[in-house]
Amino acid sequence: MIALSLAPTASWYLVLSAVLFGIGTFGVLVRRNPLVMFMCIELMLNAVNLSFVTLARQLNDINGQTIVFFVMVVAAAEVVVGLGIIVAIMRNRSSVTADDLAELKG
Amino acid sequence: MELFVFGCAALMVVVGAVGVIIRKHPVHAALSLVLTLFGVAVLFVIQEAHFLAAVQVIVYAGAIVVLFLFVIMLLGVDRVENLRTEPLTTQRPLAVIVSLGLIGVLVAAFATGSGVLQERGAGLNIPDLLNDSDANTKQLAQSIFSQYVVAFEVTSVLLVVAVVGTVLLARRTKNSVAENPK
Repeated sequence: MIALSLAPTASWYLVLSAVLFGIGTFGVLVRRNPLVMFMCIELMLNAVNLSFVTLARQLNDINGQTIVFFVMVVAAAEVVVGLGIIVAIMRNRSSVTADDLAELKG
Repeated sequence: MELFVFGCAALMVVVGAVGVIIRKHPVHAALSLVLTLFGVAVLFVIQEAHFLAAVQVIVYAGAIVVLFLFVIMLLGVDRVENLRTEPLTTQRPLAVIVSLGLIGVLVAAFATGSGVLQERGAGLNIPDLLNDSDANTKQLAQSIFSQYVVAFEVTSVLLVVAVVGTVLLARRTKNSVAENPK
C-alpha cells in the first residue's frame, strides 16, 4: 500500500504525477482550441517526466534522468512541428477549433 | 522542510494545470502552463535532478511557452473560447470519468508495484554543495555521452528534420498566395 508518512516519499510524487497526467487528459478531451490541447499534452509529458525523475531517485539509477532529457528533446521537436501545422492550417481558415479539423485537405 | 517545499510545488503544479484547462483565454492558459512547469522544476530540484531542473526552466518555460505565445499573438487567435456550452452532449461527464479512471488506474498500478521501489540501481551521485556541487550534471553527461551517445546523435538528426519540416510547412508558397489572396 501507499504509505503516507510525514516526509514526502516517492509515492507522493508518483500520485502527484498521476493527478497531473489526469488533468492533462481531461484538457485534451474537453478543450477545442488546438493550441490549448497542445498545452495539455505538455502537461501529460511533464507528468511522465516527474515520475521518471522520482523513480530515478528512488531506484538510485541515473537512467531515469537520461530518458527525461531525451523526452524533453522530443517534446521540443513535437511542439515545433505541431505549431507549424497549426500555423499552416490557420493561414487558410479564419477560425480553427478541433471540430473544424475533421478533414486534412487544405 | 522537504514536505513544505513539496507542498508548495505540488500546489503550483495543480493550480497551474487546472488553470490551463479552465482558462478561456489561450494567453492565460499559456501563463498557467508556466506556473506548472516551474512547479515541476522545483520538484526536480528537491529530487536532486539539478541539470534537468535547469533544462526544464530554459527549454519548457523559456522556449516552448514563448513559442506558444508567439503563435497565439502571430495568428491573432487570442479570442475567448466559450467554455459554457458543451459542443457534444455528455462529453464532459465522460471526460471526467475517463480522467478520474485513469488517475485511479495509475495510482493502483503504483500501489501494486510499490515493491519495485525497494530495488536499487547502479547508483546516483547526490550533489553535495560543499564538495561536488555538479555531481548530477557530471553523471548525466557521462550517461548521455557514453552509453546513449547513439541516441543523442539521433536526436540531433530529429531536431534538424523537425526544423526543416516546419519551415517547409509554414512557408508561404507562390501558389498558396495566388489561391488565397489576403
